[in-house]
Amino acid sequence: MKKMTGSKIILEALKREKATTVFGYPGGVVLGIFDELYDDKNISLILTRHEQGAVHMADGYARITGDPGVVLVTSGPGATNTVTGIANAYMDSIPMVVFTGQVPTMLIGNDAFQEADIVGITRPCTKYNYLVKDVNDLAYTIKEAFHLARTGRPGPVLIDLPKDITAASCEFKWPDKVEIRSYKPKITGNKPMIRQVAAAINKAKKPVILAGGGVVASEAYAELLEFATLINSPVTTTLMSLGSFPASNQLYMGMPGMHGTYCANMAIQNCDLLIGIGVRFEDRVTGKTSDFAPKAKIIQVDIDPTSIRKNVRVDIPVVGDVKHILKDVNTVLKEEGSKPKWKELQKAWLKQIETWKKEHPLSYHQDTDVIKPQFVVEKLYELSKGQAIITTEVGQNQMWAAQFYKFDKPRHWISSGGLGTMGFGFPAAIGAQMAAPGKLVIDIAGDGSIQMNIQELATAVINKLPVKIAVLNNQYLGMVRQWQELFFEERYSHTFLDSHMIPDFVKLAESYGVVGLRASKPSEVEPLIKEAFKVKKPVLMDFVCDWKEKVYPMVPAGASIDNMLLYEAETKDKKRKVRVVK
Amino acid sequence: MRHTISVLVENKFGVLSNVSGLFSGRGFNIESISVGETLDPQISQMTIITRGDDQVIEQITKQLNKLVDVIKVIDLLEVDHVEREMALIKVAPRHDQKSEVLRTAEIFRGRIVDSSPKTYTIEVTGDEKKIEALIGILRPMGIKEFVRTGKIAIAREGSK
Ligand SMILES: Cc1ncc(C[n+]2csc(CCOP(=O)(O)OP(=O)(O)O)c2C)c(N)n1
Ligand SMILES: [Mg+2]
Repeated sequence: MKKMTGSKIILEALKREKATTVFGYPGGVVLGIFDELYDDKNISLILTRHEQGAVHMADGYARITGDPGVVLVTSGPGATNTVTGIANAYMDSIPMVVFTGQVPTMLIGNDAFQEADIVGITRPCTKYNYLVKDVNDLAYTIKEAFHLARTGRPGPVLIDLPKDITAASCEFKWPDKVEIRSYKPKITGNKPMIRQVAAAINKAKKPVILAGGGVVASEAYAELLEFATLINSPVTTTLMSLGSFPASNQLYMGMPGMHGTYCANMAIQNCDLLIGIGVRFEDRVTGKTSDFAPKAKIIQVDIDPTSIRKNVRVDIPVVGDVKHILKDVNTVLKEEGSKPKWKELQKAWLKQIETWKKEHPLSYHQDTDVIKPQFVVEKLYELSKGQAIITTEVGQNQMWAAQFYKFDKPRHWISSGGLGTMGFGFPAAIGAQMAAPGKLVIDIAGDGSIQMNIQELATAVINKLPVKIAVLNNQYLGMVRQWQELFFEERYSHTFLDSHMIPDFVKLAESYGVVGLRASKPSEVEPLIKEAFKVKKPVLMDFVCDWKEKVYPMVPAGASIDNMLLYEAETKDKKRKVRVVK
Repeated sequence: MRHTISVLVENKFGVLSNVSGLFSGRGFNIESISVGETLDPQISQMTIITRGDDQVIEQITKQLNKLVDVIKVIDLLEVDHVEREMALIKVAPRHDQKSEVLRTAEIFRGRIVDSSPKTYTIEVTGDEKKIEALIGILRPMGIKEFVRTGKIAIAREGSK
C-alpha cells in the first residue's frame, strides 16, 4: 500500500468520519495540513477571524447536527485561544474534536517558539486528550477521538499534533472499530431500577418531570413526550433543554431555576415525585440545595454516574442512555394495566399547576416610547413563526430569549449554559447556519457580549451566511448591572458601556459589508425585523432598549427557588402604562 | 473517614497527572499516592489514601471511574486487605544513644541500610501505626531526615 503523510491521514480520517466541515486558523506548525487542504475537494475549511470563534462555530454546528464539530488550529497562541471554547463545550457536553499543531517532538519541553503544553492546559476541560508521538498511531487516534467525543456523555476531545508527526509518512490503516477496555458507557438501564421508577410513578400524586440537556444529547424527544403524556405529568426543561418538549403543550411549565417561571419553581418545591431526566441539578436550577424539592422523592436518570447525587439527594438513580431508559419505562408503565390510577390521582395537581401558571405568568410592562427587550424577543418569535434557530449571548439577553421565545422543536435553541460564555452566541450562530443552510438563524445578543467575537462578521459575510444578530442594546453589562441594582445599592461599578454610541453598531456592521439597522422606538421594531428577515445577507439589528429593565422572576443567589422576586411586585410603584401579559 | 482506594490504570503517559489533577480540580484531598507497575506491564496500580464523607468518597470513586484510562477502582475500606508502607529514617544520635537506636530498630524489625560515623539509616516496613511509632521513639534521639513511600495495599485472598 502507498504511504501517506500525517497531514493527509488527518484529512482521510475526517472523510471517514464524515466530518467534512472544519473551522480553523493556520500557523507555522500546521502549514503542512493546510497545504493538503489547498487541493482537497471534499473538506471545506472555514477560516475564522479568531480561534475562539472557530471553536464556538464548531460547537454551534455540533448542536444542530448532533455530530462532533471539528477545529484545526496552530500551536501556542492558536491552541491557547481555543481553551474557552473547549471549556464551554465540555460544560455543555457538546461533541467536538480539536486538532492543535505542536512543535516538533524533539523540541517539546524546551520552551520552543510557540510551544504551549495544550494537553496539560486542557486536561480538566476535555473528555480526553492526546499527544500523538508516532505517525503510525494517528489514524487510530483520530478514530478513537471521534468515538469518545460522540458516545456516552459527549464532550470535546483534543489531539495535539507535533509538526514532525504530520510530516512523517506511513500506511493508512483505518480501524473498523474502537475497543477501549476502560471505557464502556452504560446504555441500557438496570431493570429492577426501572421497575422502581414505575412503582414510584404509580404512587405519585404530584409528579414533575425535569428534563435536561441529556434529552437533547440522546434525542429522546418522542420518548419524553410519550412518557409525559402517559403519566400526565407537568414538564419543565432546563436552559440546556428548551425545545426538547414542546412549549405549546399544556403540560409544559417553562424553565426552572434562578430565572425560571413561577409555575415551574413552585411545582418543583411542592411535588411529591421529581423525575430528573438527563439533568445534572446545577446550582442555577436548584437554588439552595438543602431546600430543593423538599417534599419529593427524586428520580435521576443519567448516562454519567458522576452526575448522580453530585448536587442533590437522589432516591432512585438509573444510569444509562435517557432514550433507552424512557423507552423501557414507557413499556413497563403500559404493561401495568389499561386503567392507570394516576390520572385520577393527579387531577388536583394539574389544576394547581394551571393556577400557578395564571397567577404569575412571564410578563413585562409595554411602553410607547422606549423599546422593551422582552418585546423585541416576542416580535422575533412572532415574525419568525417560532421556526428560527435561536442562539444567545450571555446575560439578560439570554434569559429573555429563553423566556419569551417559545420552542416547540429540539435543536433550535443554542446557548452557553454551563460556562456562560459571553461571545459564544454569534460564532455559534455561524456554525449553526453552516449546519442548517436554509434556516433562519438569529443570535439574540447583548451589546457587551457581541463585542467579544464581533470580528466573525467577516466570516459570516465572506462565507455568505445570512445570520441575523439582534442586539438588545441596553448600554450596560445588563445582568451584572441588575445585581448591582438589587444587591449593591445601585453602585454601577464598571458596567456602563456607552454602547448606544460606542461602537456605532450600524456603521460597524456596514464596514464589514453586513447590513446594519437600528430601531429606537417600539413602533420601529416590527418593520425593522421584517426588513432584516427579507435580506439574504447577514444583518445586525441594533435595538436601543430600556436600560432599566430587569429579568424576572429572579431567585436571589443562595435562596430556595420558591423565593422569587416577581415582576409585578418589583415594578409596582413605577407606574408604567400598559401591562402586557402573554 | 479515611479510605484506601486502589486504582488500576492504563500505563500511559499523563495518567498520573489526570488522576492527581482530578483530585486537585475537584477539591478532593490526597494524603498519599503511590504508583507502580503490575504483573501486566500495560497496567499500573495506584494506591490513594484520601479522606471524605460517604458522598465525597462516592464522587471520588465515580469520577475516577469516569477517567478514560482508569480500568478499575476498588475502595479497600469495603474489603479486607493488607496495607504496608516503607520508610527510610536517617538518625544522628548522641554517642551514648547509639546502641539505643540500634535496639529500637531491631525491636521494630528495621534494618540498618547505611551508616556513617555520625548516622544510621534505618529501613522499616509496616502499617502506618508502626512507622509512626518508630518515628516517635527515634525523634528525641535525633532524626536528621526521613522519607516514606506512602501506603500500598492489596486485598486479602478470598475476601469479597
Ligand atoms: C467571558 C465572560 N466574561 C464575563 C462574564 C460575566 N457576565 C455575565 S453577564 C454579563 C453582562 C453581559 O452584558 P451584555 O452582553 O450587554 O448582556 P445584557 O446582560 O446586557 O443583556 C457579564 C459581564 C461572562 N459571563 N462571560
Ligand atoms: Mg447589555
